Amino acid sequence: MNVVQHAADRFMRWAFSVDPSTWPHAWVVYLAFMLVAAVVAVGFVALFAGPVTWIERRVAGRIMSRIGPNRVGPQGVLQWLADGIKCFLKEDLVPEGADRTLFRIAPYFVFGGMFGAFVVLPFGVHLVAADLNVGLLYVLAVTSLVVVGLLMAGWASNSKWALFGGVRSAAQLVSYEIPSAFALMTVILFAGTMSMQGVVAAQGGFPWDWFVFRNPFLFAAFFLYFTAAIAEGNRTPFDLPEAESELVAGYNVEYSGMRYLFFMFAEWANLWIMSAVATVCFLGGWQIPGVSPAHVAAVEGFAFVGWEALSFVIFAAKASTLVIIVVQLRWTVPRLRIDQLMFTCWKYLVPLSFACILGVLALMVVVRDGGTVDLALRAALLIFGFWVVVEYARRIRRTYLADKALYERMEGKKLWYPPYRMP
Amino acid sequence: MQFDFATVLVFLLVGAGFVFIALFVGRFLRPDLPDPQKASVYECGERAIGSGWFNFNPRFYLMALVFIVFDVEVALTFPVAVVVRDWIESGRALVAVAEIALFLLVLAAALAYVWGKGHLDWIRDIEGPEGEE
Repeated sequence: MNVVQHAADRFMRWAFSVDPSTWPHAWVVYLAFMLVAAVVAVGFVALFAGPVTWIERRVAGRIMSRIGPNRVGPQGVLQWLADGIKCFLKEDLVPEGADRTLFRIAPYFVFGGMFGAFVVLPFGVHLVAADLNVGLLYVLAVTSLVVVGLLMAGWASNSKWALFGGVRSAAQLVSYEIPSAFALMTVILFAGTMSMQGVVAAQGGFPWDWFVFRNPFLFAAFFLYFTAAIAEGNRTPFDLPEAESELVAGYNVEYSGMRYLFFMFAEWANLWIMSAVATVCFLGGWQIPGVSPAHVAAVEGFAFVGWEALSFVIFAAKASTLVIIVVQLRWTVPRLRIDQLMFTCWKYLVPLSFACILGVLALMVVVRDGGTVDLALRAALLIFGFWVVVEYARRIRRTYLADKALYERMEGKKLWYPPYRMP
Repeated sequence: MQFDFATVLVFLLVGAGFVFIALFVGRFLRPDLPDPQKASVYECGERAIGSGWFNFNPRFYLMALVFIVFDVEVALTFPVAVVVRDWIESGRALVAVAEIALFLLVLAAALAYVWGKGHLDWIRDIEGPEGEE
């Protein structure tokens, strides 16, 4: 059942006392509800992509032992708003000799392709605009519009840097689409559905019910997907298209003001998409531990809103954790070279994802769900996953302590700021 | 189902509309002072030499060709992947697995062929007219 449609039906029965299935003007109300859903999604994108740029710059500052933006608002939290207003008021330049039409419409493709993915991203038990039965395939398909936009921007600028950047972007994005699609195929095999809500429903609230710990090949597929998604999002270590040090800015070198902002907008919003898809496919999505979706659907009124909100919080917490990890990765790992980038994809990730699919298939046939072997595998993976998380946290703590000790030795005084805060 | 895809259409239109409104409203607020210096393309501060539209490296072209094969394969295999679990549970595991595995192995063979030909390498020798390297 589509939640937007359901809400619209209820609204029509309540407000106009009509039966929506026979009322001839029902489509107007449906359209209005879809528009509301879309506008809410635009708001979410803006309120995510903006602040996350500030978080990214603060994390970058922290990692590079410098301060980062801290002037606009307390701790600089309004920096993204200032950046937005500034870009909004900047002149919109089109270089001479550029293909003006293509140059102007490229941001529409990039933003539209990114935004289209939000239709199927589930935020909670029923919080999804439309649960398409081809959900995962749709995400892959609609996000490839971004490639068209980047190629357009690179080509239309009539600039050599932009052309190289655009072509590189396209080559990288299409190449890494293969391993990410194959990694998602393991999930589809395992869940038996392409619908995002269906994939979440096939998992459970507790970590041992998440797909990532269900099967060693799904565990590997999670990391494959994550790597490929980082590359698709043009993030370091795979940010060659906009390698500042060699290509100046890549496809968007000739863009200015608001048009430029939309490329950046799409890039940061894409962080949420990749994290959300990874959460949905591997980390249990919005599943509340110990509470089944059927229970949430059965309750009414305030309890229903409460459960929905809790499921959203759980989902947002998981996805935000992944976002933070991607942000930290960006400032930790150096950039690859273009040939390394290509062979990482074609010679490692693609064969490995092939192996993952065959492995998942084999284990699905051989291992019975809930059997001894299955439980042993899950337990082993859970312990291994726990170790990975602990080790990750331990390493961050170690660098923080080393940093702190160095500062205290240099300055001769106690470090007075906690790790999340800078002077 | 129609409702779901109508939502997709509305989302795409709203996304494009958001971009359009932001750019359209901004038109009344931002300066517009054209200048030949500003309109020139950026080439590290030098005057741009020639057009930006020139022949570039066909390596990307081969990548794109390989990509298309694999992408079509993804599009064809996803629907099959959906029903594999049903088939395994209804005792037709061998057929389901064999089908997918066969399809994937053909692709893997293609990848091995491209790899063996050296089309995945960045630095390649140029083949002579007789095919000698």
